[in-house]
Amino acid sequence: MSMQLIWQIFSSFFKIGAFTIGGGYAMLPVMQRDIVDRLGWLDEQEFMETIAVTQSAPGPIAVNTAILIGKQMAGLPGVIAGCLGAVLPSFLIILAIAIFFRNILNWQPALNFFAGVRPAVVALIAHVAWKMARKLIGNTASLLLFLTSLALIIFVPKLHPIFIILGSGIATVIWASSQKQQGKEA
Amino acid sequence: MWTLFITFFKIGLFTFGGGYAMIPLMQEEIIAHNWLTLAEFLNIVAIAEMTPGPIAVNSATFIGYQLYGVGGAALATFGVVAPSLIIMVIFSHLLAKLRASKYSVALRGVAITVTALIAAAVLGLIKPAFTNYADVAIALTAFVLVAKTKISPILIILGSGLLGIVLYGYIL
Repeated sequence: MSMQLIWQIFSSFFKIGAFTIGGGYAMLPVMQRDIVDRLGWLDEQEFMETIAVTQSAPGPIAVNTAILIGKQMAGLPGVIAGCLGAVLPSFLIILAIAIFFRNILNWQPALNFFAGVRPAVVALIAHVAWKMARKLIGNTASLLLFLTSLALIIFVPKLHPIFIILGSGIATVIWASSQKQQGKEA
Repeated sequence: MWTLFITFFKIGLFTFGGGYAMIPLMQEEIIAHNWLTLAEFLNIVAIAEMTPGPIAVNSATFIGYQLYGVGGAALATFGVVAPSLIIMVIFSHLLAKLRASKYSVALRGVAITVTALIAAAVLGLIKPAFTNYADVAIALTAFVLVAKTKISPILIILGSGLLGIVLYGYIL
């Protein structure tokens, strides 16, 4: 395994970590552009599978994702490179704030910067959702699954996403096997 | 220092779904240990929100530094990601097994549900993020740029931040 790959894993997740502003899904736009479009490590289907796994496990999603992709690309060295890359930007920035700049919340330009970033990040995440939906929703059954999932998430907020993800997987297996059955009978 | 590591290990281990899901447990642990007052803690959450990176990592770094300096920051940060290191390596095996099994079709449905989760998150973010017409304009511009041009999301984030400084600092 090449040093170049390890370096790519580290630098990609460093970039992703440095521009995940606003937590959680804010990492998706940069990750999609870098890992899916530029490096081609995952396709859209695998990208969403990865997010399913990382958000069904404990811990920060960005860190989990860096570890999972690092592992799949380069084993244990990849795990360490991905994890360090994802964590280091926040670590360094927070350390700098803690040491030199505790008043950042009273510094208006920083607040204004964030006020500008916030709506843009929402738009960027919306674009990821749009791209994934166009790629992955191919027939009536998948559209139905998408809408059912969306309705459950919005209208039953007490239901943890893990159960919706699991239910969706099980429903898909049952649906696929019934399709096969029908194919045999016909 | 051992308590610091164990506490953040626990926070990393018991919070599913990342980000905001971690705040209540973090708050409970940190206040119980008298490491910060509630006001200080909320300050850190606010800082973590507007700086890059996972909120849990940001808080671990800040509190670790507060208590034991740079070494404490590193230890608390390691503590909060250590569970992920162990669990994700196991999950990676499970995912590979599932992908190779006859149930792999389940993942097609799972991917669609995750897309729905992301869409739902966007719907939930619209109200808090859009406070005036400038926000809507920034969002629309960002969407058009990322959809229609090759400009990277990083540049769009930086650009919108600079726009925020100019707009809210000097114009609005």
